[in-house]
Amino acid sequence: MISPRYHREKPQRYRLEAGKCTKCGEIHFPPRKVCRKCFAREFETVELPRRGKVVTCTTVWIPPAEFDDQKPYVNAIVELENGVRLTVMISEAPPDEVDIGTEVEIVFRRLQHGPAWEVIRYGYKARVIAG
Amino acid sequence: MYGIVGYGAYVPRFRIKAEDIANQWGADAEAFKRGLLLEEKTVPGPDEDTITISVAAARSALVRAGIDPQLIGACYIGSESHPYAVKPSGTVVIDALGIGPECHVADFEFACKAGSEAMYVAYSHVKSGEMKYALGIGADTSQGAPGDALEYTASAGGSAFIMGGDNLVAEILHTYSFTSDTPDFWRREGEFYPRHAGRFTGEPAYFHHVLSATRGILDRSGMEPADFRYAVFHMPNGKFPLKAGKTLGFTQEQMEQGWVVNLMGNTYSGSSPTGLAACLDVAKPGDHILITSFGSGAGSDSFILRCTDRLPKVQGLAPTVRGLLADRRIHLGYGKYVAYRGKIRMNEV
Repeated sequence: MISPRYHREKPQRYRLEAGKCTKCGEIHFPPRKVCRKCFAREFETVELPRRGKVVTCTTVWIPPAEFDDQKPYVNAIVELENGVRLTVMISEAPPDEVDIGTEVEIVFRRLQHGPAWEVIRYGYKARVIAG
Repeated sequence: MYGIVGYGAYVPRFRIKAEDIANQWGADAEAFKRGLLLEEKTVPGPDEDTITISVAAARSALVRAGIDPQLIGACYIGSESHPYAVKPSGTVVIDALGIGPECHVADFEFACKAGSEAMYVAYSHVKSGEMKYALGIGADTSQGAPGDALEYTASAGGSAFIMGGDNLVAEILHTYSFTSDTPDFWRREGEFYPRHAGRFTGEPAYFHHVLSATRGILDRSGMEPADFRYAVFHMPNGKFPLKAGKTLGFTQEQMEQGWVVNLMGNTYSGSSPTGLAACLDVAKPGDHILITSFGSGAGSDSFILRCTDRLPKVQGLAPTVRGLLADRRIHLGYGKYVAYRGKIRMNEV
């Protein structure tokens, strides 16, 4: 990911900032220019809740090269407490610890380390909540 | 009065046992465990570093403080493992937490006492009236060379403290610093692992500074060891802080709660601050806490705190240190540990 794009996406990747349509209230994550429900173009910025449940998940055994040191890991679609869904990598947990319905929290983690001359990318991942 | 408005701690989920390091290098595990008084240490996950640890700890501090992040006027992070050589860790941390951009940011380094430095400067800013709140963090993913004695202790974690003048959970009553040029431990630019002067790190370095700073703050405050409910001394291993405390007249009972090194290892800049956080997790209003950090090179910062009526109301709002240390630990073998710590030379992706 190139630096300018990473920089532009920081509000959503760092702080889970979503766009809430001022006309119909639909929340978009990542934010959009046009509401997918009512086609309005004005949004207020809202921060998403940080807790949710796994809707579905899969284990990645053959990842892109930059995530090779973390395999196997789980990618999941998580539904947050306000109903917004996002695709997220589950950190720390061995695959057998994650299943449909597993409660997770969104955490701030290093997404891509890259070679030493690159910018380090950070953003959200999810971790299983202590049961 | 000025002091701590909110505090938070974080330790990674991964651990390695002292036995597994000793077995790798043909060392006597029991002798090391007995000598260091240490069972295991925390290990950062492959997606964790000083920045992510700082964000996690500071987020808990914000929850306990219950303040608008925009009111924080400074963010200082003390660490000897900042991910960048040039680009402050604090720039990422404030952005992740919704602090700034009207905020003074700096990274501090002073071996293991960079965290207490950050706390001291944050406290000084609010005390001077320069700003309403200031954030001081001590966090590290410390490195020890393979096979070196440091490898048994160098671990990962950190704590964050929001300083202010209202809604305090603990007042800071006194501060004291003691610093000298003592070459006990160092790492030069470009070197991957630090070097240390073996036994010289004990009496002339750790003990001289920790004892001098603590005696200094006790003299200045007119307080005695018996006046404190809790005492925390920097924890390079399990033995040093207990010996320092005993020499100064503190009891095992006063030191036990903040003595987290046996399960956590030495989180360097996060060590004594996390011991303080562990004490704040259980302290009662009116309790006095003494903390003395130590950083090689060398120096110590001491603080005397008195807990307020607000503290019990915020203790349960975020994870406690003891809770984090017990939380679903994953023990790594030595191979996975060195892979996570980046000690294996790989082809660049």
